[in-house]
Amino acid sequence: MSIDTRRIIKDGLWGNNIVFSQMLGMCPAMAVTTSGTNGLGMGLATTAVLVCANVIISSLRDFVSPQVRIPVFIVLIATLVTLVDMSLNAWMHDLYRVLGLFIALIVVNCAVLGRAESFASRNGVITSAIDGVGMGLGFTLALTAIGLIRELIGAGTLFSQASLLLGPKFAFLETTVVPDYGGVLMMILPPAGFLVLGLLLAAKQACERRAKEPSAPRAEAAIGCH
Amino acid sequence: MSTLAEWRGRLSYQPLSLGVVALATSAALVVANQLTQPAIFAADERDLQTSLIEVLPEGFADNNLLKDTLTLTGDDGKPVIVYRARKAGTVTGAVFQNGARGYGGELIVLIGVDTKGTLLGARVIRHKETPGLGDKIELAKSKWIRDFEGKSLESPPPEKWAVKKDGGVFDQFAGATITPRAVVKAVKEGMTFYAAHRQEILEGK
Repeated sequence: MSIDTRRIIKDGLWGNNIVFSQMLGMCPAMAVTTSGTNGLGMGLATTAVLVCANVIISSLRDFVSPQVRIPVFIVLIATLVTLVDMSLNAWMHDLYRVLGLFIALIVVNCAVLGRAESFASRNGVITSAIDGVGMGLGFTLALTAIGLIRELIGAGTLFSQASLLLGPKFAFLETTVVPDYGGVLMMILPPAGFLVLGLLLAAKQACERRAKEPSAPRAEAAIGCH
Repeated sequence: MSTLAEWRGRLSYQPLSLGVVALATSAALVVANQLTQPAIFAADERDLQTSLIEVLPEGFADNNLLKDTLTLTGDDGKPVIVYRARKAGTVTGAVFQNGARGYGGELIVLIGVDTKGTLLGARVIRHKETPGLGDKIELAKSKWIRDFEGKSLESPPPEKWAVKKDGGVFDQFAGATITPRAVVKAVKEGMTFYAAHRQEILEGK
């Protein structure tokens, strides 16, 4: 179990990362990552939804016939996101004012549906929850990395406005790397999302190739990845 | 389990299961809506109260603005709720909303004006502008919105109520002109609306 858990988490963080390997969830990965804080917020919100969706779908997996599984999954995920949206708005209004922007975007994140289809509908509840955590954290990592690079070059800061998202205690995260920086607007505009993602993909490929070179190439440990 | 597998293979099982899921999720949404609506309403009202006070200088009003409202008809025919600020019973100013089309859809600006028609404060309370670019209209991200304070339709003159790119006095942001342009338009329209309805707002019941 523990080896399995470690493998699932590692898969989510690196080997089968939603953004860098599965190339899913591109819409939020491009649109939201104008700063490290935004990437982190979107990533954490998605992680919460991923875990819940995986748990619900894997516990219902025996009752859903294969022919209607996709509409069932979509309805379940959309409902879940709406429920999260409503309850955050009602009971955690301060957090909602910061995260509200991201939550509606999760519905269009095909990564959630992707995990439901390729993992949660074939595995047990606990394993699926672990997969949700791993995949979610991997997504968070990717989004935060893209956001930080774009923010650093685009605005010369790191994690600006982190205290709005995480509370005043995290104000120490906010750093101005280059004071009085003119800013590179292109990095904050959508094209840079593609640019930074492409460069990070290339870096990851190079990294993996170097790691593989000494030994014989081994098969990817991807689960249901296409 | 074998009976479930048998059932699952039947044609009638599929629409039925889909229907059950749709019904269950709709029911969950209805229940959640019922449960959250009062809290969301209260939170919105609290937000409105906070922002109403924010567009007025400290100690400007001693009444509950949410309770002292006047509904007028705006230029577009839609009702505009005017919240009146009073001190010792006399109207000292008014707060109302106005909207304009921004880059990502409608944005709503809350405007506070004193009896002479001088702008006391403005805040964008709802918008869907691009994060990192257009969202500098929020006070939390930039002080830009405070540029409106102290302005009136006499100073600057109406034709100068525009962003600098259009020959006006208000700054635009690098990479985002449409957003500040929309905010300036919303505020200017609001000021014109106030000028046209001043008597009503100050004296009306």
